[in-house]
Amino acid sequence: MDRIAGIINLDHEQDVLDELTYFRCGAAVPFAGRYRMIDFAISNMTNARIESVAVFARRKYRSLMDHLEQGKAWDLDRKFGGLFILPPDWNDPTDISRGDLQHFHNNIDFINRTLANYILVSGSQNICNINYQDVLAEHKESGADVTVVYKKVDELYPEHDRAHKLDIDENNRVTAIHNDQHNSNVYMDMYIIDKNVLHDLIDECIAHGCTHFFLDGIKGKLPDININAYEYTGAHALINSIESYYRNSSKLLDPEEQERFFKEDNPIYTKVKNEAPSKYLTTSNVTNTLVANGCIIEGHVEDSILFRGVKVAEGAVVKNSIIMQRCEIDSNAVLENVILDKDCSISEGRTLIGAPEKPYVVPKRKTM
Amino acid sequence: MKNKQCVAMLLAGGQGTRLKSLTKQIAKPAVYFGGKYRIIDFPLSNCANSGIDTVGVLTQYEPLILNDYIGIGDTWDLDRKFGGVSVLPPFMQAEGGGWYTGTANAIYRNLKFLNQYDPEHVLVLSGDHIYKMDYSEMLDYHIGSGADATISVIEVPWEDASRFGIMNTDDGGRIVEFDEKPEKPKSNLASMGVYIFRWDVLKQYLIEDAEKEDSSHDFGKDIIPALLYDYKKLMAFTFEGYWKDVGTVDSLWEANMDLLKKEPELNLNDHTWRMYSKNPNQPPQYIAPQATVNNALINEGCRIYGTVDTSIIFYGVHVDESSVVKDSVIMPDVKIGKNVKIHRAIIAKGTVVEDGAVIGDPSPDSEITLVAEQGSVLASSYATNS
Repeated sequence: MDRIAGIINLDHEQDVLDELTYFRCGAAVPFAGRYRMIDFAISNMTNARIESVAVFARRKYRSLMDHLEQGKAWDLDRKFGGLFILPPDWNDPTDISRGDLQHFHNNIDFINRTLANYILVSGSQNICNINYQDVLAEHKESGADVTVVYKKVDELYPEHDRAHKLDIDENNRVTAIHNDQHNSNVYMDMYIIDKNVLHDLIDECIAHGCTHFFLDGIKGKLPDININAYEYTGAHALINSIESYYRNSSKLLDPEEQERFFKEDNPIYTKVKNEAPSKYLTTSNVTNTLVANGCIIEGHVEDSILFRGVKVAEGAVVKNSIIMQRCEIDSNAVLENVILDKDCSISEGRTLIGAPEKPYVVPKRKTM
Repeated sequence: MKNKQCVAMLLAGGQGTRLKSLTKQIAKPAVYFGGKYRIIDFPLSNCANSGIDTVGVLTQYEPLILNDYIGIGDTWDLDRKFGGVSVLPPFMQAEGGGWYTGTANAIYRNLKFLNQYDPEHVLVLSGDHIYKMDYSEMLDYHIGSGADATISVIEVPWEDASRFGIMNTDDGGRIVEFDEKPEKPKSNLASMGVYIFRWDVLKQYLIEDAEKEDSSHDFGKDIIPALLYDYKKLMAFTFEGYWKDVGTVDSLWEANMDLLKKEPELNLNDHTWRMYSKNPNQPPQYIAPQATVNNALINEGCRIYGTVDTSIIFYGVHVDESSVVKDSVIMPDVKIGKNVKIHRAIIAKGTVVEDGAVIGDPSPDSEITLVAEQGSVLASSYATNS
């Protein structure tokens, strides 16, 4: 049986979500009412029977560790394998590895010990619902050294500027990796690679003083290694800015988009909170809204996303907004185009209005 | 130290015939309640929150779903190295076997289970009541009063008292008399079916009771009267709070509706006393632009396009456009088509209600309609008033 081991590489992901990433890394940002960004990456792995997942964390990983615990929510609490959160902690004076290669190098035991013959490496900013067994099948069939996953996007948005793009020939072989603003083949920051190939490339990269495995070890080796491209055609959101976070969150209010992200046979798992069902009182008026459990709604909510345990008091109005866990909105407060991070409270009669294309963001635990 | 101060024994074998077809395939404690929970979540969460980490669950009737649901008890933090939750079905021994013949018999047949923990006290619970209770307070009262047994009681309206087991106590709270469903009750203190016994005393009476051929091997009918007859010290512990026996279709519906009050007596949002339940891993609920939702409890995974008014909606329910759900309880994964009208009904898990169906009777004193063939499809011609 072919086995895949997973690596979620957060090393190069910058904490670019402004207020939302002041105190946490991007992977730990709450998303879609009850999840964190990283839930999609891990759930896709779990659903592909990946039993061993390492997370390369570098900065601000306290809330990430709190969220992931022992991996129980993803069935990764295993005797053999399971979830490994690997922060950087290495004081070997002879170690010459740098960048994310330091992570690969310092945790080479994870790669050596796994029974898997393929390694899947993924980031956390490309939100999708992908079947990695299909990717593996295509990888094997192609006979390539590496298979990278891409999405051909219908429309290029500013968030795609920062992503790498692929030139692909008629045999699905990658011929170039670049940042061309007009190419719509967006590399999704995930690839499957043979374990032995990964091992050799890591050694070679470190020997040459490289700092970035994908850029130096894969992109830089383009003429020498066979890179296959796998086209993912499902729902996709690349989140690397507040604007992309807000716009892609709003897209989830489309039922068809919901169905594409949340599939019964490919569920997205997250930490269990044991909240009661949400309660709508007689004064509530809710339309076109995603609501997680534990909310108590007495006011008016439209075109919004409410995370777990949000309270909206009577007379309050919430429009086009994303309200994270346990926020309390007092009576007659008005919120429009706003993102409230966790544990915020908005006092009676307050009005906060952001621009439709640029929401007003309130950082965690703020009282206004 | 290899003994436990208190071990709980949860009686979960009840067939629950008064819940009609809701319990055709599952035991009563596994019946759904409150938009998310099963009835057994309440005693098990109470145990977890009360610091009781060893629970034997006595199963008998249709145990598959119940066994699967309890699992290793991790849902209630009862996956422990020593103790935790143990499912205890009836079993064969060298001298024979058979079904549990009564509540006392069920505990008697599990003496070995209790002996391995050698507890000082045994807490006996039923799996068919909805309430939040700190058993550790009752245990403190039991130990403090030096009782041989303590029975938790709740004040019920005098006119209802004859439906319950009624405790008559002296001024100090000691039980002097116990009347099972008395015609002329002398007090309104009803037994909640929650008992704490000193284990040495209980063991002796269970063994003696097992040898009596004319005994019905029941706590209320046999064990408690025998203890009283011998002047054992039985104390009544008065519970204040919400408590409801959800053994009938009407009471199950009422208890669900009680949750919709603005300040319900049973607060499910109390983070200091959480009710734990298995999590079905569903996305957030979606309330569509054309939907109207008022006075409702709705769980994750629901898609609401129609009108939901004064109802409890479990996870994974779809209510399509122009449909109205009012004064009803919709259990998990029910699919409701377009132009459906549902009034004063309980719809069982997995039912598919086709477009245009009319279920239930909107008049306020009508009986609650139960649609309980799991996975049934209701055609548009389906209409009922009973």
